[in-house]
Amino acid sequence: MPKLYFDIAHTLAGSLVLLSFVMLYQRRLGALVNVLALHAVVLALSVAWQAHIQGLPHLYITAAIALVFKAIVVPMALRRMIVMLGIHREIETVTGIGLSMLAGIGLVALSMAVMLPATAGVDPVAREDIALALSVVLIGLLLMVTRRNAVSQVVGFLSLENGIVLAATGAQGMPLVVEISVAFSILIALIVIGIFLFRIRERFDTVDVQALDRFRGERR
Amino acid sequence: MIGTPVSPEAAVLLVPLVAAGLLALLPGYRLSARINVVASALSLLAAVQLLFHRPEAGPLLFVDDLNVVFILLNTLVGFTTSVFSASYIGHELEIGRLTRGYLRFYHAMYQLMMFGMNLALVANNIGLIWVAVELATLTTVLMVGIYRTHEALEAAWKYFILGSVGIALALFGTILVYLAAHPVIGEGADAMVWTILIGRAAEFDPALLNLAFVFLLLGYGTKVGLAPLHAWLPDAHAEGPTPISAVLSGLLLNVALYALLRFKMLLAAHPGAIAPGPLMVMLGLVSLVFAAFMLYRRRDIKRMFAYSSIEHMGIIVFAFGMAGPLGNFAGLLHMTMHSLTKSAIFFTVGHIAQVKGTQRMAEIRGLTETHPVLGWSLVAGVAAIAGLPPFGVFMSEFLVVSSTFAREPLLALVLVFGVLIGFGALLLRVTSLAFGEPVGRTGPVQASTLPIFAHLALVLVAGLYLPPGLVAWFQNVARLLG
Repeated sequence: MPKLYFDIAHTLAGSLVLLSFVMLYQRRLGALVNVLALHAVVLALSVAWQAHIQGLPHLYITAAIALVFKAIVVPMALRRMIVMLGIHREIETVTGIGLSMLAGIGLVALSMAVMLPATAGVDPVAREDIALALSVVLIGLLLMVTRRNAVSQVVGFLSLENGIVLAATGAQGMPLVVEISVAFSILIALIVIGIFLFRIRERFDTVDVQALDRFRGERR
Repeated sequence: MIGTPVSPEAAVLLVPLVAAGLLALLPGYRLSARINVVASALSLLAAVQLLFHRPEAGPLLFVDDLNVVFILLNTLVGFTTSVFSASYIGHELEIGRLTRGYLRFYHAMYQLMMFGMNLALVANNIGLIWVAVELATLTTVLMVGIYRTHEALEAAWKYFILGSVGIALALFGTILVYLAAHPVIGEGADAMVWTILIGRAAEFDPALLNLAFVFLLLGYGTKVGLAPLHAWLPDAHAEGPTPISAVLSGLLLNVALYALLRFKMLLAAHPGAIAPGPLMVMLGLVSLVFAAFMLYRRRDIKRMFAYSSIEHMGIIVFAFGMAGPLGNFAGLLHMTMHSLTKSAIFFTVGHIAQVKGTQRMAEIRGLTETHPVLGWSLVAGVAAIAGLPPFGVFMSEFLVVSSTFAREPLLALVLVFGVLIGFGALLLRVTSLAFGEPVGRTGPVQASTLPIFAHLALVLVAGLYLPPGLVAWFQNVARLLG
């Protein structure tokens, strides 16, 4: 394979990590959703590129799902929700922006330090894709734990899931990728419908069990 | 199902799937409840068939000595729960907590959940296992939130988000396993087929396999309810309908554990990989001791038994982590006993909460006087789950403890400490629930006691006498687990 192939694959995967960082410093929900849409577009490009260089036409389906569903439908639904629930104000963060950026850098360093030695025997395209994908996954988790509002937690989960799709398409010829991306889409659709139905404005302030018990848990 | 064109491993999948479709279309809850029971009974029959007729391993489905234990337990408790559910939801409909539309949805979801769990258990493809666990999770999320109260929705949401993160991590681990297998087995579906993976696991890259296991342990461990990843579990158990609490505790936790055990076997087959045991022992002990202390502070009766499930999953994961023929045997037995006992307790608690109109333990007292059948069933169930002889849980816990004392006396001390702490909490609670001056409503109850008695009888018999055939079977599985 020409070297250009690797470079393009890595550029696209690297852009995903970059966009994950951009999510970390968004202060408004609307802007956060826009970045998420861009994240999904880059993912679709990256998956399509993998489909091209690996010669696996079924991956184009995954790319199409990412483009239509995650870059267009879900952001539109989230935007409507933000308007409906009247929550476009600033996002409450648990830690400051600076601190979460630093934590993000630490997570990227961690995933490189863990993945690159572990994947020494793996095909070079997959190898760096997986390392970058793990960074996207970890930053997604960071986003989920540092935000207090349900919509931004969902955005965190969606970016996490993008990282996993990146890893799955990077792993050469992995079967069931299309099925898994469909399963994930159902999951996302349900989450989005869930927010709609449940009208959750603020949720999940803490994962601290003690506090949860005091607030609701032991009810009445 | 002798003489039918459908093989039993396909039947355990097709029956629930067809039933789910049928139940989604049919109105009328009485008929639906009956169809639910019949479909669950048919699945159980198909599962029993698997004992005698073991099909060839295919690329998607396979049955061996290990998963047949899980499938049997799954369909058995699925069947008894459907019997319990029929009487439980009748009452919920009467008092208006559920409407007919929701019940239609509930029955369809119940069978879809059974399909998801059975699929996870018979799947031979690690990707398919993941999809099936996800399906089972989603259906239970929907059922936990079915009461549409603020608490129920919140519990469903929390379960949903934590469960999603868990299964996302598990998928990442699955991808890493594929990457490890890829250079050895080659591209394509074969590198995800478990029976092929286990045969050549020794040639995989150990570093990748180690990393994959960490993700899988955290991912599926969330679904097993291991502390500190358990935060979803008590809420989901307390706020959903009680039949769902019973299948969550009795079955879904086992299914996630099963997935974990499959990957543990892969690691164990590789001499250069890290030993998965110590990680599981650690998480198991943390869950046990943590949950045992948390039992004291509970005020909601379903929530208390949810913590007791965390405690017992801790013991089970600990036993499988200790491994060896004896450890695995004890873990397997304890898992079976826990599933049967805990679902029986939830059946009882479901009826008690209906009679009393509350789940607050302070408002439930003197049950043995007002409702002798339910009260004594609860006493028997709690005595069994707390590990008192002559019940089966006593024997399996004794096996776990004694096999640990022989190898790691220090760990055994921690284990005994945790078990005793939990024992004290349960005993303290059950005396106030079952005895003393009756409090609250004393209305009559239409309880379906058959599932409760059946489970408790099985646990009692297992405590007194284990058939040699069963022992040989479990010993064989324990050897398989390494």
